[in-house]
Amino acid sequence: MIVNDFFMLMKQELMIFVIIFILLFIKIGKDRSAENLLYFINALLLINVISGFILPSEGMIFSDMFKTNSLIMLEKNILNIGTLIISMQSYSWLKNHKHMIEFYILLLSTLMGMFFMISSGNVLMFYLGLELSTIPLAAIANFDLDKRKSSEAAFKFIISSAFSSGLLLFGISLIYGTTGSLTFSEIGQHITSNPLQIFAFVLLLAGFSFKISVVPFHLWTADVYEGAPIAVTSYLSVISKGAVLFVFVSVLYTVFKPITEIWYNMLFLLSIVTILIGNLFAIRQENFKRFLAFSSIAQVGFILVGITGSSQMGSASVIYFVLIYIFSNLGAFGVVSIVSALTGKENISDYKAFYKTNPMLSWVLTIALFSLAGVPPTAGFFGKFFLLMAGAAKGNYILITIAALNMIISFYYYLRVVKAIFMDENNQPIEKLHVPILPKLALLICVIGIVCIGLMSGVYEYIYSLSTGF
Amino acid sequence: MNNYSYISLIPLLPIATFLLLGLFGRKYFSSLSGIIGTLSLSVSAFLSILTAYKYFFVDGKVNGVFQQIIPLKYTWLQFSPTISIDMGIVVDPLSVMMLVVITFVSLMVHVFSLGYMKGEERFATYYAFLSLFTFSMLGLVLSTNIFQMYMFWELVGVSSFLLIGYYFDKPSAVAAAKKAFIVTRFADLGFLIGILILAFHAETLDFQTLIARLTDPQSSQILSSVTSSLFGVSALTWGLTLVFMGGAGKSAMFPLHIWLPDAMEGPTPVSALIHAATMVVAGVYLVARLFPVYCFDVSALQVVTYVGAFSALLAAVIACTQTDIKRVLAYSTMSQIGYMMFSLGVSKYGGEEGLGYMASLFHLFTHAFFKSLLFLGAGSVIHMVHSNEMKDMGGLRKHMPITHITFLIACLAIAGIPPFAGFFSKEEILLAAFHSNKLVFFVALFTSGLTAFYMFRLYYSIFWKKAAHLHGEHHDEGTFTMKIPLVILGACALLVGFVPISQFITSDGIGLETHIDVIFSITPVALAIAGILLATSLYKNENDRPIKISLAFGKFYEAAHKKFYIDEVYLFIIQKIIFNLIGRPAAWIDKNIVDGLMNLLAFITAEFSEFFKGLQSGKVQSYALYFFAGIFGLAVLFIYLVK
Repeated sequence: MIVNDFFMLMKQELMIFVIIFILLFIKIGKDRSAENLLYFINALLLINVISGFILPSEGMIFSDMFKTNSLIMLEKNILNIGTLIISMQSYSWLKNHKHMIEFYILLLSTLMGMFFMISSGNVLMFYLGLELSTIPLAAIANFDLDKRKSSEAAFKFIISSAFSSGLLLFGISLIYGTTGSLTFSEIGQHITSNPLQIFAFVLLLAGFSFKISVVPFHLWTADVYEGAPIAVTSYLSVISKGAVLFVFVSVLYTVFKPITEIWYNMLFLLSIVTILIGNLFAIRQENFKRFLAFSSIAQVGFILVGITGSSQMGSASVIYFVLIYIFSNLGAFGVVSIVSALTGKENISDYKAFYKTNPMLSWVLTIALFSLAGVPPTAGFFGKFFLLMAGAAKGNYILITIAALNMIISFYYYLRVVKAIFMDENNQPIEKLHVPILPKLALLICVIGIVCIGLMSGVYEYIYSLSTGF
Repeated sequence: MNNYSYISLIPLLPIATFLLLGLFGRKYFSSLSGIIGTLSLSVSAFLSILTAYKYFFVDGKVNGVFQQIIPLKYTWLQFSPTISIDMGIVVDPLSVMMLVVITFVSLMVHVFSLGYMKGEERFATYYAFLSLFTFSMLGLVLSTNIFQMYMFWELVGVSSFLLIGYYFDKPSAVAAAKKAFIVTRFADLGFLIGILILAFHAETLDFQTLIARLTDPQSSQILSSVTSSLFGVSALTWGLTLVFMGGAGKSAMFPLHIWLPDAMEGPTPVSALIHAATMVVAGVYLVARLFPVYCFDVSALQVVTYVGAFSALLAAVIACTQTDIKRVLAYSTMSQIGYMMFSLGVSKYGGEEGLGYMASLFHLFTHAFFKSLLFLGAGSVIHMVHSNEMKDMGGLRKHMPITHITFLIACLAIAGIPPFAGFFSKEEILLAAFHSNKLVFFVALFTSGLTAFYMFRLYYSIFWKKAAHLHGEHHDEGTFTMKIPLVILGACALLVGFVPISQFITSDGIGLETHIDVIFSITPVALAIAGILLATSLYKNENDRPIKISLAFGKFYEAAHKKFYIDEVYLFIIQKIIFNLIGRPAAWIDKNIVDGLMNLLAFITAEFSEFFKGLQSGKVQSYALYFFAGIFGLAVLFIYLVK
């Protein structure tokens, strides 16, 4: 329904705002046991997820600064679900952390930033949301306080982000200079292919590409992923990437529609480089987090292939893939985070003969990796297939061939990990782990998501019906 | 039309068995799992045969044509307004025949395994995997939609991976399973792109609509797929050739055949199922399913013809030199599938000209019986002597009479001696080749002589040659459950040649009058007999003639024995070229240039700024550098160069 009610339109943002306030009051109040507190916070996040699905509304407020509709609400719900899963997975790590509440406050602030970014109808609003979603992240990247690598990661992240934001802002100012407007809908009417606007577009593209780790703007990714606590790494790799991708698609498909020809070619180039570099580097990684970092770069390359489709199909398949990617990647990160929190081991070689001691975790990890690799009947297979299908609609078979070839390469390295888990010998395998209930539940959700979303055709059709293209 | 929806039970029973055995089998009823699997599959087999009877004899033709019936179909996913992905079941002569072949052979393998795999620790897992495989294969042949087929196609790959790698504590089995998986995945990549191309131009994924649109010369879809081209080849040809690439991977056609011999590491009954009658003929099935479209595009069909003929010849030559009995059978499978492929390739759509299509599927039908018999016989031999090598065998005919007789029948059938099954189908193939492509015909003729030779070399090496010297403990021919399938399949190898397939399965569904041309048959039969006689003189008794001959052929024998170095060429390409040209430089650049640059920057930074010394590795600057380079590159490229 179309309303102008502030409370209805911003209900998802307000919900997060309320949770942050509750957390602040808890922080001020007396000490409580960490375990109970974590259950309480996760319950709050669950309420947040559920409330997101109630009463979808549509409209624009604050002189078109903030807009929302069913698709945007769905995107926010997807991010909410991902955040809940990450929070549940980090239980073991957060339980022993002194500054747990601050962690949640910072994390939720970034989530709110992403919500504003997705809902923005104006370039300034977009920029504000982007910054709000970045700066607190740098703070929580530093949350392994006694680890030097963690602070290094935070520092690299904040410097790189500042750099990219600066250039993004430069691009925005050029856009303003040439179009005389800051509202997305008006900018779209004044975009032509004059060189200054193309240059401004390149700057904006670089800013987006930085956030979603597109080669050559990806270099911070591996270092930050490796150094940051795993909860933050998984947040960076799925939630923050997902949010920027949602905006990226809508900006490309609406604002820069007049220069589709140009950005199509740019994305064509970038996606090939991204898939190739991501894959070639992923092959030789030994650290599991670095491995997932590079493989996630390659995944983004595939998403770009879908975006080049520039159709309703393209937009729908990207959102669908992000949803699947959240479950698959968090399934993998979840196991890695549990193992890391309980044993401190983070190398792929540590996982040799993992199956002998931890069969359940091994299966979860295997299913997640298969989904990332795109093996049927996991959801990842459908996601990748739909992306390629959307990309193929433009008839550019060179791109599709390279992308499909790289599916084989990625297959090889995901299988390498599976082989280590099931077939390799190891004198000192990771001991039998006792997994607490919350992370266990989170992994269960991931597996259900991976298995079911692919097979339930309604999910895709629902997303398709909400999407727009041209 | 009669109701055929019960057909969905045929694949559903095996998947239910898989779930039952996979989840609970190992814990609760490990020893019973074989019986459960066999019983459930026998129901499937019974239903399949019932379907065939009903389809061909009760319903029969309508207006002189066998109808394509789609008893079950629902739209699983509306991908975009024009393209939908359906799940359904197709009933036509092709799929009905495949149903019978798959369930029957699978049932035989299930029964045989009761004895062969007895005492295995993971007995229930084995039966669970067998059921999964059977389910995926049945799903594949029943697909109404090319995407549905692709899904089952991949599932077949996954389950065959599990079966080949069943002995996962054996490194060679793991390596073989991986090789099979990666090679067929690579081929499936072609299939995937082919689907995308065909779907893009035909604007549908449904087989019926796709075929209707792409065979109608007036349709806008055919116009767009013929006019748009890449490297001077039309999109239609690309699409069909790439789809064929997927089929060639599964069917082990040159040059994608390298996984098949290695896949013999799996349990022998598995080879009988996967590598004789089901998965390896999936490629033939795929081409046959899209046959009307292939007929429309001559160049794609030419590719099918020559790849098939070359594979048939190459595999036969290699088979003459192998000493591992399962590998001989593997190459012989590849050779026979080559026959089916080129037979499709030389065919045209409908009428007398469509003889090749019918012959190909006829051969698929007969081959399924005698080849699975050969594999099961080999399994029973291996069960007895605990070795795959010919040198450990010989003189076994007295010790295993049933295996001996049935194996002989199968050898006669594959050699094409009348009245055994292989004779009839091979005659039709040769006749079809003779009428349309003389070169292929002579290749096929020569290959059929070779086939007789190497099959009887195998036969004599196992059952004659020298006195059996069995050592060790108790030996016997195997349990009752191992002998029964051999006898049944032996009877089939004798009789199925008389099934008038030509009445039922033709490209246009009308049916074809065929007769055996006695004059024409003389040459191939004489060649086959010559091959058998040659093998008899060389291998029946131990003598040094084979060694002399192999010395006389020298390098050629050596090359054939080493499978013409094809594996080595692949290894060379992968390890030397890809690894050195891409992997090493990437690693080197990363290690020396990128890291070096960063170390240098780190050093400079450390000199200049005391504050960041401990914290900053200096890499961030270079990240910024790349960032700038990216922007600069894109801007220059798109503002100045690409207009």
